[in-house]
Amino acid sequence: MTLAIRELERRGALGREDVDAFLAAHAFPLVEGSSATFVWRGEAESVHLQHWVFGLPSAQPFTRLGETDLWYFIQELPPRSRVEYKLEIVPRGETRSRLVLDPLNPHLANDPFGANSVCHGATYQRPEWTLPDDEARRGALETLEVASEGLGRTVPVDVYLPARFRTRRRYPLLVAHDGGDYLRYSSLRTVLDNLIHRLEIPPMVVALTTSSDRLVEYADHPGHARFLAEELLPALEARYPLRREPAQRGLMGASFGGVASLAAASRYPGRFGRLLLQSGSFAFADIGAGRRGPVFDPVVRFVNRFREEPQRVAERVFVSCGIYESLIYENRSMVPILQRTGMEVRYVEAWDGHNWENWRDRLREGLSWLFPGPLWMVYE
Amino acid sequence: MAPVVLLGPQRFTRTLGEAVRAAGIEGRIGVVSAGWQEREREDDELRDHLQGRTVNLLLYARGEEAFGADPELFAAHRERQDLLRRLQELYRQRLAFAKEAARALLGKGGDPALLEPERRHALESLRDLDEHHRRRLRQIRRDFDERWQPLSRPAVARHVEALGRTLGSCEAVGIAGGHVAVLLNRLRLFGLDRTLRGMPIFAWSGGAMVATDRLVLFHDSPPQGAGNAEVLEEGLGLCQGIVPLPHARRRLHLADPLRVALLARRFAPAAVVALDDGGRITWENFALRDARGARQLTAEGALVDLAEERA
Repeated sequence: MTLAIRELERRGALGREDVDAFLAAHAFPLVEGSSATFVWRGEAESVHLQHWVFGLPSAQPFTRLGETDLWYFIQELPPRSRVEYKLEIVPRGETRSRLVLDPLNPHLANDPFGANSVCHGATYQRPEWTLPDDEARRGALETLEVASEGLGRTVPVDVYLPARFRTRRRYPLLVAHDGGDYLRYSSLRTVLDNLIHRLEIPPMVVALTTSSDRLVEYADHPGHARFLAEELLPALEARYPLRREPAQRGLMGASFGGVASLAAASRYPGRFGRLLLQSGSFAFADIGAGRRGPVFDPVVRFVNRFREEPQRVAERVFVSCGIYESLIYENRSMVPILQRTGMEVRYVEAWDGHNWENWRDRLREGLSWLFPGPLWMVYE
Repeated sequence: MAPVVLLGPQRFTRTLGEAVRAAGIEGRIGVVSAGWQEREREDDELRDHLQGRTVNLLLYARGEEAFGADPELFAAHRERQDLLRRLQELYRQRLAFAKEAARALLGKGGDPALLEPERRHALESLRDLDEHHRRRLRQIRRDFDERWQPLSRPAVARHVEALGRTLGSCEAVGIAGGHVAVLLNRLRLFGLDRTLRGMPIFAWSGGAMVATDRLVLFHDSPPQGAGNAEVLEEGLGLCQGIVPLPHARRRLHLADPLRVALLARRFAPAAVVALDDGGRITWENFALRDARGARQLTAEGALVDLAEERA
């Protein structure tokens, strides 16, 4: 297959109208088979693709198309991929670059640092269960404040209560690290509403915690584990009708939140029977201090210790990671270690990066395995 | 003979009231909502829909009360349920292979003279496995009933008597969906599988599944597992020769002729019927009397209007 940009190039001398027609005829990035053509139009000293695909140079240079003001770059893109990126432009006559969203691409992904443009591979589709479903009954959110001696502060916690919540029933509990971000950037509330409606998970209570200093509190911090197990859990059990069996209690988190989940479970083995660990920052060092910097030091100490003496801390662990993340190495190597403890472990990889939409897209598989719903038995 | 009316899900398209009116029922209607479990009593919308003529039979609550009063029966019941679960797991393991073989042969191209006998035999193996499973389930139930005589035990008998009185004042019974195993177990526990015979029945969604003679669980794309349709139980047998599939639109890949054909051929000669919102099937004198909005899955992998197919 000849790419459209090559067809255009082959025509030789190109005028403004040719570029206008080319841009009008396609959506960008232009995905053709397993290739994606990124373009930018304007006067510039240079244009680069700034992406977060581990394994490729992080800035890929665009080429100017002949004498036109169209710049392009062709990237191999496996079909199921989702890649977040920005364009790094050095405007004509300047030396300093600026990062911008791709003006030709309407697809954006938001995260706590802002937004990125998103390129979808040929067969990637946003899962329909992440989108609002009119038929799904909506759960409610309420806010609690839990005084924590472990953390030395009062911690605000949002609590998701499923639709048709009844005090006479008992519910499984899931505690989500960075819960606010999961709500905002991973559509967690919609996902819960939909999966509960479809009976793929049971109606459940989800406590959404937020840390004011996550890089410290999530890095195997004893006060954080104490908060979860000895302060938050009793507070929730006092207020809501919750199941008490470990199989009906879970911790989840992404990145440092994954570390926080595993670390807390390790300090309180058996307290939380289900763990959902997404792109966990499981940095370790076979020798020396590790390569990720001082903020990771307590993580490295914890993961090294866990690797040295793996322990069965829960019953089931769902681990997911993006192939385009640098953490793929750590996560892949963690799986056999977790399995060796006798825990049931399921590991899933995706053609995606370290971002909230990757974590969103894995929620169905993870939650329905950790907390299977009654869909096989219930026909209402 | 009193009609048995099977209806699609009622949450968005309420057709129950119309079906009751069409059957000329004007008196009280006993309601079974045990499939809703803890929410059994939350039947306000249903009562309003039937102009306050309902009386909830409270089978779920009665079951809880009876088991609480008779721990020996409860322990035996739990043991039997555990046995059934283990048997279901064994059946499921065998089913995965049998279904895969049948599906592979149905989808295979080539010389029909060579293939068709193999396809038929693969399907026969699948049907034979389903039948074997049904026989084992029946035997386990029979053994349990003979040994424990639940209907004669005081904790159950007093509810049976009370239910008899309540049903005596009812002109018809409505059976809601929900958890089909719980629903069926509660109906059987209080002998309603026999008591309901001869009464006009309106059963919707999971209730319709339970009302027939073979309860088939199904979902083509569950988030976990293979999604092989499986026989769970023999139903109440209030109508026979039909396998209703409520929510088929959402649960099944009805545009996939291979899947449709396999389901249809596996349970033939029973009619496998997609029973979505608005669907209604009326059964009378052991035969289909009327159907609307219900589509039968065909051996060729298509869906056709049930009424036309049976005309």
